Amino acid sequence: MSILLNLAAGLIFGLGLVISGMANPAKVLNFLDVTGSWDPSLAFVMLGAIAVTAMGFRLVLRRPKPLLEQSFQLPGQSSIDGPLVIGSAIFGLGWGLFGFCPGPAITSLGLAATSTLVFVPMMLIGIAAAAVIRKRLGS
Amino acid sequence: MAIETEFTPLASAVGGALIGVSAVLLLYSSGRIAGVSGIIRRLIVPSSDSKPELALAFIVGLIAAPFVWTAATGSAVVQSVSENLPLAAVAGLLVGFGAAFGGGCTSGHGVCGLSRLSKRSLVATIVFMAVAALTVFVSRHIVGGGA
Repeated sequence: MSILLNLAAGLIFGLGLVISGMANPAKVLNFLDVTGSWDPSLAFVMLGAIAVTAMGFRLVLRRPKPLLEQSFQLPGQSSIDGPLVIGSAIFGLGWGLFGFCPGPAITSLGLAATSTLVFVPMMLIGIAAAAVIRKRLGS
Repeated sequence: MAIETEFTPLASAVGGALIGVSAVLLLYSSGRIAGVSGIIRRLIVPSSDSKPELALAFIVGLIAAPFVWTAATGSAVVQSVSENLPLAAVAGLLVGFGAAFGGGCTSGHGVCGLSRLSKRSLVATIVFMAVAALTVFVSRHIVGGGA
């Protein structure tokens, strides 16, 4: 049951990326290009996503626990620290260079553009490296 | 070189709402945040409570989405990706490292974090949006001929 619901969540997420245009790097880069060929569409992705999520999360978190697990696993950290700012800046640099963030990159795998097939393994290496360094830093 | 794209507020809002439905479904069923970089990390760097099999199921769904879309609508997914492979390699490394080091990406911080009114996620989102916009500005309008 858990597996099926996670599969469904991934599928719905991916369809959202495809329908919204988030999975199209040209559209993402045009959204970021405010002084050039600006395409404000992706602001509507954020609006649509946050409207549903904010309302839904509020209702769900009134429950004592999730449907299939013993407790909610919410991020516990609240401090604004170096890794948060440095990591986000590095992420923004990569996102602005190519137009892929992690979800759209993964959902584009099957479309098999050569550069996607280069981007994704490098992204996995990056994620693993950051996890190792953060563990060493003890955070 | 910029490729023109069409302004699609309705499709983008509907797609965004679906991303929201997915995030709510995941929190409701499994009690977890739909942050894609975090889900990938749970899969490739498993820990005692990371449930990699659930992370894998989510990723399989994500990969299946374009095929399901094409099967259902009969139309191909519109996408134009840069063919610059060294750029893809560098950007991929930066995106993966930055998202995991900063504790989240567009979905985890940008959608789920902002929806939970997390100050941490607000700071992260402002930083990555600003740096990404600045990167596009420099590569397109100062250096020129970039992505």
